[in-house]
Amino acid sequence: MIDSKLKEKAAFAILLAATIIVIAPVALILAIILINGLPALSFEFLFSIPRDGMRGGGIFPALVGTFYLIVGTALFAIPFGILAAIYLNEYAQRNRLTRAIELAIINLSGVPSIVYGLFGLSLFVEFLGFGASILAGSLTLAIMTLPVIITATREALSAVPRSFREVSFSLGASRWQTVRGVVLPNAIPGILTGTILGLSRAAGETAPILFTVAAFYLPKLPTSVYDQAMALPYHIYVLSTQVPNVSVKVQYGTVLVLVGMIFILNIVASYIRSYFRKKKTW
Amino acid sequence: MDKLPIKMKAVDLNAWFSGKQALSKINMDVYSNKVTAVIGPSGCGKSTFVRNLNRLHETIPGATVEGAVFLDEENIFKPRYDLVDLRRRVGMVFQKPTPFPTMSIYENAAAGIKLAGRVPRPVVDQAVETALKQAALWNEVKDCLDKPGIGLSGGQQQRLCIARTLAVRPEVILLDEPCSALDPISTGKIEELIHELKKEYAIVIVTHNMQQAARVADFTGFFLLGELVEFDVTGKIFTAPRDKRTEDYVTGRFG
Repeated sequence: MIDSKLKEKAAFAILLAATIIVIAPVALILAIILINGLPALSFEFLFSIPRDGMRGGGIFPALVGTFYLIVGTALFAIPFGILAAIYLNEYAQRNRLTRAIELAIINLSGVPSIVYGLFGLSLFVEFLGFGASILAGSLTLAIMTLPVIITATREALSAVPRSFREVSFSLGASRWQTVRGVVLPNAIPGILTGTILGLSRAAGETAPILFTVAAFYLPKLPTSVYDQAMALPYHIYVLSTQVPNVSVKVQYGTVLVLVGMIFILNIVASYIRSYFRKKKTW
Repeated sequence: MDKLPIKMKAVDLNAWFSGKQALSKINMDVYSNKVTAVIGPSGCGKSTFVRNLNRLHETIPGATVEGAVFLDEENIFKPRYDLVDLRRRVGMVFQKPTPFPTMSIYENAAAGIKLAGRVPRPVVDQAVETALKQAALWNEVKDCLDKPGIGLSGGQQQRLCIARTLAVRPEVILLDEPCSALDPISTGKIEELIHELKKEYAIVIVTHNMQQAARVADFTGFFLLGELVEFDVTGKIFTAPRDKRTEDYVTGRFG
């Protein structure tokens, strides 16, 4: 008996220690960013253009650039991702071809982001002649995000019980009516959550935008989708490696803004998930 | 039995799940304005049989079917037969109450009507009210039609599902173990309802419960291992079965 109690205590201690070890680096990173970055935050920092060779001023062009890129990525990735997922999950026959497509999608989400960056460079920037532009960057990020959105959407669609589809068919609904009227409304929360998480990952990526859109320094805001733009992740890279004597405050401030943006997106995603989980009754 | 009007007729119906035979050579009739019960142990093919009467069986990946089923003398398995039309004429209620969770009571009852296209609101209102009355649910829900259907009790949910099926105005109603998730009081209400409904519809009910078959059905078919062992007037199946296996099952000697 004593032995089993002792083992219980030991197990508890080990599990707790493992959890702390996992959490500690994340907490430490956030704490360091907050402590060093918060003093930099101000209205001016967020909404003015960089000055003094990016050692002063604000980060407005990078903030706007990242915003445009997220919107552009969403415009391309969400419709195609969701429609492809609906096709694969609700329409496609289960055969060798669809299994191969599924395998390809899973593998695509494991491809390193620099590979997407080079792919975007050769296809969008050069072959299609978009040049380094918001269009090319958004398309590259969208292609990188597609597998995430497709996988998340398929999971959400599969989670809708088969019985709902059967009821719908039994009432004389076509496949599309069933998808539209019964499957999608029940899958929307899962789709939204997965989509937002995919976009938040895209927002923080540097490699895909490196050759396709990111500008080293632009003192003005982009005016068309064919313009280059600054972006937060690349701006951080530039500030920390390419420009000498940038104050720590400015560097951390920029990092804090990017992390904050991604954090907000993730919180929205988990809020949506928990809100609908409470309402879920099957 | 021979003179009764036949609503549906299965002829040499075979069905498989991924190559495994679930039904073999079923020949069985469903009569207008009669309740036909399908009984048998789990896995005997009784659900598969009714799911072929509205061609829902073949929507399962790997499921195949052979043979014919006639609805008013037209083979529903003939090429290019309109499945939407078939399923509107042959409605179905499932074992587990399945109101659509994102829809209100009203929207659930109206779900089938709205599929047909734009219908003026007063027409939908009228159809919903009629269906809920037929399903003996109107008095319980008429003041809360905009509440979620999922908030009702299990028995009410199942009657809502029956209303949803009735609202489409089918000619045949398939009930796949409609009471197996319900308490005895709700079961009683649904059985009363079946008695009412057979005045207008041909009804097929799958049931595990032999007392239920005896109470509600005019005809009963006994399925075993994918075969229709015996089909006859309910009274005969329960009191004077011709087949030894039927006798063993209805007297509880196996099953």
